[in-house]
Amino acid sequence: MYLFIASEIMLFGSFFTAYFFVRIVNGVPWPTPPYHLPVFVAGINTLILMTSSATMHWATVSIKRGNVWGMRAGLLLTFLMGLSFLISQLYEYFRVGFNLSDGAFPTIFFCLTGLHGSHVFIGLTILAIMTTRAFRGHFSAEHHHGVEIGGIYWHFVDVMWIVVFTTVYIL
Amino acid sequence: MRNPLRSEAEAYRLLWIVIAGAAVIIVAAFINTWLGVAAAVIAFAALGWWLLHEPVPGAAEPPPVVTSGTPPGTHRVLVVAPPGTETVDVPNGAEVLVVVPALASTAESLTGAVDDRRGDAEATAAALEARIPGSRAEVGADDPALAAEDALRLFGADEVLVAGDDGMFEAIRERVALPVSRA
Repeated sequence: MYLFIASEIMLFGSFFTAYFFVRIVNGVPWPTPPYHLPVFVAGINTLILMTSSATMHWATVSIKRGNVWGMRAGLLLTFLMGLSFLISQLYEYFRVGFNLSDGAFPTIFFCLTGLHGSHVFIGLTILAIMTTRAFRGHFSAEHHHGVEIGGIYWHFVDVMWIVVFTTVYIL
Repeated sequence: MRNPLRSEAEAYRLLWIVIAGAAVIIVAAFINTWLGVAAAVIAFAALGWWLLHEPVPGAAEPPPVVTSGTPPGTHRVLVVAPPGTETVDVPNGAEVLVVVPALASTAESLTGAVDDRRGDAEATAAALEARIPGSRAEVGADDPALAAEDALRLFGADEVLVAGDDGMFEAIRERVALPVSRA
């Protein structure tokens, strides 16, 4: 687990280094005029992800108490909210009005949000497996290792989004 | 140092701590840029301090007493039996520990779908404990050799009996410095 955390810190850290270099050392305006960042949509997406973490936690607590249907509902809601996040992020990419070839700002923007999006995609794959297994009766109050590990990953993805959202969209 | 992703509950708690920290940084940055920078430095320092000083579960407890030596007059036997083993012949009067490795395929290990395999191992362990008089049984790691090594750290055996196939037998024989024979 420590190796995973260290590798993720290095991966995201390299992109954040580029972000701070472009924005602070080079003094590039953020966002570079005339572009605007979709802050409102990203804010809604942030609320969706935070809520999905709450439903993920609900799923884990439910199965620990033997509430199988609570776990199934929690996992399904988490998956649907994660999917909503990814779809709306992809939709925003097409509407945002700039692309990778438009300079340093768009490049860093797409790299940071895209890196996080790829983590959401992996999380959704894990969630799909977990949800399928949950509906096939694989988990119980005594045996729910798969839900626990998937939950840890999903919360980690949400933690990274808070950092990305704060630095890229708000500050 | 405490791993903030040690469990789902702790990861969830970390998320809310990060949200609170981000909110403080955002508010401070809107008031004044340098105040935001100071808030960020303080938030990261506080997070680091918390991770370093938060007690690790079990760290304050005294280490378990390991009885690796065999008491005089007793003969201890470690039995490694794969899930599905119905019974094992053990020497009369021996103190027996049965370890059932929770064997899982590569795909099951990668996807975390090990709960069913662990359930199988628990069922076998319970059955063997009931069938072998004076024995106790437990579930071990998914690697039989590792399961045997783990058991031997707390159970000083005089010999090891393996009820599995040739691969399991050879793997344990290579890793364990005790007489290993087939059950």
